[in-house]
Amino acid sequence: MYIAAIIALLVGALMILVRAILGPSAYDRILAMNAMGTKTVVLVALFGFASGRPEFLDLAIIYALVSFITTVAILKYIEKGRLD
Amino acid sequence: MEWNEILTAIFLALGVLISLTGSLGLLRMPDFYTRLHTAGKSDSLAQTFILGGLIFVTDNWQVAVRLLMIILLLFFTAPTATHAITKAARLDGLEPWRRG
Repeated sequence: MYIAAIIALLVGALMILVRAILGPSAYDRILAMNAMGTKTVVLVALFGFASGRPEFLDLAIIYALVSFITTVAILKYIEKGRLD
Repeated sequence: MEWNEILTAIFLALGVLISLTGSLGLLRMPDFYTRLHTAGKSDSLAQTFILGGLIFVTDNWQVAVRLLMIILLLFFTAPTATHAITKAARLDGLEPWRRG
């Protein structure tokens, strides 16, 4: 059950990767990266359940936080040219 | 297959379906702002279904609490990130798509 969900999500991740490569503007790539981050969180949680080790959920929480901060940091860098 | 595994299977199937449509929408949509719509939707709803489906299968409650934390966390950060991207793109003068 988990393996099927994981494979289907990986196909979705491939589609997002294609958009990240094709994306005409930089904002398309940031959007693809943000969508990939959320999908990775779900994939990590599913891997945790597939392998019977619920500790993976801590990874998923941390990854969700880091992914959000990364998106905002990149946007600020693009908007202002520097981060501080 | 007791009732909770069936319920989990249904939730997982729904979540994966929405996630795939969201990812497909990212490819098919003609313009950045329309892609935002699909990506944002699949972000917040698909993960709620998938992680919500996993809650039924967990045995101890700590794991269920962690799952709920992830769901709530993503439920608040995903739209915020999408809004930040939209605002930055709009300020940068990215014109919305017009037909023809």
